[in-house]
Amino acid sequence: MTADGCGAPAGGVTASAAAGSQAVVEGKVTREGAAVSTGYARLLGTGDEFVAEVPLGSDGGFRFFAAPGSWTLRVLAPGGVRAERSVEAGYGQVTKVDVAI
Amino acid sequence: MSRSDVLVDADWAEARIGDPPVVIVEVDEDTSAYDKGHIPGAVKIDWKKDLQDPVRRDFVDQTGFEALLSERGISNDDTVLLYGGNNNWFAAYAYWYFRLYGHDRVLLLDGGRKKWELDSRELSTDVPSRPKTSYTATEQDRSLRALRDEVLDAIGKRNLVDVRSPDEFTGRLLAPAHLPQEQAQRAGHIPTARNVPWSKAANEDGTFRSDDELRQLYQDDAGLDFGKDTIAYCRIGERSAHTWFVLHELLGLANVKNYDGSWTEYGSLVGVPIELGEAR
Repeated sequence: MTADGCGAPAGGVTASAAAGSQAVVEGKVTREGAAVSTGYARLLGTGDEFVAEVPLGSDGGFRFFAAPGSWTLRVLAPGGVRAERSVEAGYGQVTKVDVAI
Repeated sequence: MSRSDVLVDADWAEARIGDPPVVIVEVDEDTSAYDKGHIPGAVKIDWKKDLQDPVRRDFVDQTGFEALLSERGISNDDTVLLYGGNNNWFAAYAYWYFRLYGHDRVLLLDGGRKKWELDSRELSTDVPSRPKTSYTATEQDRSLRALRDEVLDAIGKRNLVDVRSPDEFTGRLLAPAHLPQEQAQRAGHIPTARNVPWSKAANEDGTFRSDDELRQLYQDDAGLDFGKDTIAYCRIGERSAHTWFVLHELLGLANVKNYDGSWTEYGSLVGVPIELGEAR
């Protein structure tokens, strides 16, 4: 069996990733300054093509290991909340995207 | 088998909380999710610790499955309602186990944990105590499971559905974009496979698309021949369990198998054919 399966990290995202040779997109979701811990972050490609989704961590955090390029980050939260940000990811970089909803 | 036999919505589930013949079970990739809050009365199955063989690369055998369900207080007569995170990937994977081991009264919660959370429905941290049972499983139903030699033999003959993301299919990535890149020795896909990412079968809230939309997706858009047998695969077999559920349980296609060895096995085999790039 593979080390970590296909899933989200246990307990959500807390520590920052070391990018190494990867294109990391990470950030936190807040509402009026407080972490939003119930919700989802989705990474979408061109034409809103779904790429990946993670539940927000206890600190509102999310992280993706993407390919380099342009992405859309969409946040879903209770109450029908949807928020979007455009993201540019590059190899060896950690791109920070914080979202206030 | 049709949608109404296997899939229920959150209102149905909410009305069955505490209803003895229905046992609600959460199965997650992030196994700490249950501890943060779950549907009241739900028991937890850990997809890795409970459902995998601890030594060999294989999943829990018949005896192990019997011991697991007995310990969790699930009996053969119970209706098991499964749900989980990540759009029900691992709940669908567990659903496939229940069917493999002969448990027919099994249901999936449409939208899983995500829709439940986004609807702001009640979650509890109370862990239920259920008396042990003596669960009896059947032998694995091999008509639902494909092993590697069968997959190799299916190239060019059966529908092969690769349900990973387009970047994994074409060989640009080895794992989904929310995980560090590791695993199989080689990237790419099994020759003649069509790429229909699992996510195309789901709405944004995690519910399944309608039967008409699903037929359009697999038959018209991807060109699957519904008259042929089908094998679905992904990286480790849980996303393809989601697609197996769609094809076999929702659309009622006969002879659909899940290849749980999937790309982590196939992409590490010596000497097998691999294609890169778009489907040919």
